[in-house]
This record gives sequence, structure tokens and C-alpha cells, in this order.
Amino acid sequence: MKSLWDAAAVHGGTIAGELVGPGGAIKLSALSTGSTLPGELEALRGLSVLVATAEQLPTALALLELDGVVRRMVLCTPDLTDQQLAAVASTAQADAILVSKSSHALASKCARPIVLQPLAVAAPAERRVSERTEWVLLTSGTTGAPKLVVHTLHSLAGSLPRQSAAGDHVWSTFYDIRRYGGLQIYLRALLSGSSLVLTTTAEPTRDFLGRAAAARVTHISGTSSHWRRALMSGAADRINPQYVRLSGEIADQDILDSLRSAYPKSRIAHAFASTEAGLAFEVNDGLAGFPETFISQQASASPARVNLNVVDRTLRIRSQGAAARYLGEESTRLADEDGFIDTGDIVQLVNDRYFFRGRRGGVINVGGMKVYPEEVEAVLNADARVHMSLVHGRRNPITGSIVVADVVLSDHSGTLGEAESAEAERVKGELMNACRQALPAHKVPARLRLVSALEVTAAGKLVRPDG
Amino acid sequence: MSVRNEILATFRQVADTQGRTLAPLSENLKLTDCGLDSLGFAIVISALEESLHTDPFNSSAWSEFPVTLGDFIKLYERAVD
Repeated sequence: MKSLWDAAAVHGGTIAGELVGPGGAIKLSALSTGSTLPGELEALRGLSVLVATAEQLPTALALLELDGVVRRMVLCTPDLTDQQLAAVASTAQADAILVSKSSHALASKCARPIVLQPLAVAAPAERRVSERTEWVLLTSGTTGAPKLVVHTLHSLAGSLPRQSAAGDHVWSTFYDIRRYGGLQIYLRALLSGSSLVLTTTAEPTRDFLGRAAAARVTHISGTSSHWRRALMSGAADRINPQYVRLSGEIADQDILDSLRSAYPKSRIAHAFASTEAGLAFEVNDGLAGFPETFISQQASASPARVNLNVVDRTLRIRSQGAAARYLGEESTRLADEDGFIDTGDIVQLVNDRYFFRGRRGGVINVGGMKVYPEEVEAVLNADARVHMSLVHGRRNPITGSIVVADVVLSDHSGTLGEAESAEAERVKGELMNACRQALPAHKVPARLRLVSALEVTAAGKLVRPDG
Repeated sequence: MSVRNEILATFRQVADTQGRTLAPLSENLKLTDCGLDSLGFAIVISALEESLHTDPFNSSAWSEFPVTLGDFIKLYERAVD
């Protein structure tokens, strides 16, 4: 059994490469003789821990130390509310919570707080593996509570190249490494002995690109929305990457063409992955969608690492990179009996190529973040004046989609006449305020319309437009 | 209201509701320096689609992402014409 440390270490038990944050570079070799958990690591052996730092860098260091030592580690995203963090701690049966500042008052309510050192402190560090650590990632659910998706190092990194001649590569990602797309890049960098440039909270895109340029980044990934923002920053030409990667959102032909013209010499690839199903494929021909041959010409001989299928218009994936299960929802099956996971992504075949057409069930992708309409509707419907509401996505050139809401008021006669429009505006404003209070910004409707009726099926369900 | 004034008013309104401080709006202000994040821009474009009845990004009329506020306004002025 190999830990991330073992897999990343080269001869002599040291790890090449650096993690680059805004304050400078941290050499990973410092972890050979030190620890960000001095004196604490052994006490965590076999336990369940939350890693809940504000910035990515302390988490990036801690994951290297914890894999193979703890039973379970939950990679908490920094946008969690106090209530969500408490729920995650409970579901994960957390024994301890690793934070970057002792002032994290909430942490002590969830589990035993441990403060991570910002740099490896010289300490005897025994790197002994005793656990097949669960890596738990968080993803949105239909309720306000995040879903906990259980992976292992093998499911996350099993297909990634190891210790290739990649020492001269420098990776970076616009993603947070605590989300699937960013974690892939973190693992790629570590396992190939490369350095990695990390973003920080609220860092202007231009500053980040400046740092990436200074670190001579060669490989960089982000969502379509990240790349649109980079192109709008006027600083995209600061970097000169060999490889530009898009994932986490539909890559349409516009963004692929824009990147092609910004980086004429780069290899530009878009990948399809999901937190649950793992990485499915990468498309390298510069065209949106993917070739039909990905489905029709799958090797039937050797068991492939990834199999694709399209059933009822949605893409299904069977992969050794898939998650094992949801934590706390053991009854919810991830895969069907043949091992395929339904991604919920609708695809359409046009002239030998499949194109992504949004998501089934109305799930909205706002800049790479999933929004379940039910969660937003629950906030709207909690207002006694609301009879019913329908939340759906609307195409947007910046974030791919945005959230919009159609609301039927209980007494909707008042919204129809001209004279009552001031009253209608007031109700709309109050409903928007309720959403802003209860939901993170990307889930708040960008537009709220009062309508007189919504379409309902014979079974009494709201008619949801796909995608 | 002119297209320009409608756009400026929308920037201010979105910044206000998002709790963000807007930089002084000038022709050469880089959009990414104006104080709005990606979501803020997405909301601005959505609001302008409603008030100006046009989404210049959804047509073939544009080829390059606007970098400055001036570029952004010109894109809309051309679309409305």
C-alpha cells in the first residue's frame, strides 16, 4: 500500500518541486525533515479529520502528510457556512479539524481543532503508512447540505503519469485544489515531481497570471468561466503555456477559438470529469463536444479504465476513477448494476460528434459550480406570499449559466395591474434579499420574474426545462 | 436613458447588491479591475439583456472579449444600433 508521500517521493525519500503561493515558494523537500503538524501527526493516526483551511496552501501540504496516516480526510471548501461545516463534521464522524488559525472559533464546536503550521517545522517525521485513507470531496446536493463523495488515492490518481521526465513542467490551476478539477492538477504536479502555482482567495486574475508568468507556468487548467475571465483581464498574454486545459463546464467553440487565438502554440484540451464519476476523457482536436468514436470504438478486449455510454440522452461513465460511495447516504447508489454512473449531462449526436446540451433535472452549472433548483426554490417557497416557484438556468457568456427564478404569488392578482407594480417590485426585492441571506452568491437568482402560472405535469410536478 | 448610462447604472446597482465597491468608472478602466467578480459580470449582462433587449455576446457580432469598460459599452452600442 502506497501513500501519496511514497508515490511522490523520489530516491532518498524527498519530494521534488515547490508549491507557489502569493508569499513565495515552499519547497516540498522541507517535509522530509519537518511537518506542518509537529507532534500531532501520530495522534491523528487512524482518525477521521476535516481539513478546513481558508487558503489552499496549508491544505496542499497537509494532504501529503495525512494520506496513509488518517482513516479519512475531508477536503472542506472555503465557502462552507458554519452550519454546513457542522453537518459535514457530523456525517464524517470527524475526530479533529485542521485549521490554519487558532482563532477559528467554530472549529472547536465540530471536533478537536488542530492548527496547521504555515511552513514545515523541523520535527522528526516518520512517514509510516497504516491506512488506506478515504479522500472525501464535497459537492452540491438538492438540499443546502453538501454531499460527501468518497474517493481513494487510487481512484483519484490511478491513471495519472508518475515521475515522468516532467521536472521542467510547472503546473497551475485557476481551480481550488479542494474541488475535483483542482485536486487532479495538484496530484498530477506532485506525482510528476513538478511545481504547482496556487491561487488565493479573492486574488485579482491579473495578479495571479502575473505570478504564474513569473513561475514560468507550462501547464494550466481552469473552467471555461475562469478562462473567459483571464481573457477579459487583458493579462492572458503574460503566460505562454505549452498546455491549456478546460474542464468542469461545457467548453463551447467560442471559448476554444478564443484560447486558440490567444495561445497559438499551445496544446488546448478540454476534459470531461465529475466528482462522482472521475475523469472520463480529454478532447485534443480543438473542437467542442467529442467524437462519436469515443463511444462506438471502445476497446472491447482489455478491460478499459474508462467506458462511456449514452442512455436516455445522458452520458454514462464506468471508470476505475469513480468514487466509491456517498458518505452518510449509503442507500444512494452511485452506479447502476453494470457499474455505470449517470452524469446527468445531456449529449446530442450531430454529424459524428456528441455535443453537451446542459443537464437533466434542471441542474444549473454556474461557472463550474452545481446548483440544484430545488434548493433555491425551497428558500423562495418559504415565504408565505409565494404560491410556487421554478428556478432554472439561463445561458450566460461569462459563467456559462446563471440562475433565474419564476415566481407565482399566492395572491397574484396584485402583480398584474400597472398600479400594483410598485408593490410587486417590493415583494421581488424582499424575496431576493431572502435568497441573499440564505444562499451563497452563485445560487442567488440573477433575475426574478413574477408570473401568473407555471406549467405542471399531469402528475403534479413542475415542468423543468433541461439544462 | 442612453446605452452608456444604462450600463453604468447597471454596474453600480449590481455592485451595490453584491456588496462590492466599484472603482471610478472610466473609459479605460479594465473590466477585471472594476470591482465585480465573474458572477457580477454575469448578472450585469443578464440585467442588460432585459433592459436593452440585446445580448451582444450571443451573436456573431463579437470576436474578442472586451477588456476595458469602453470596449464593453461600444459592444452594446453597436448591438443596439
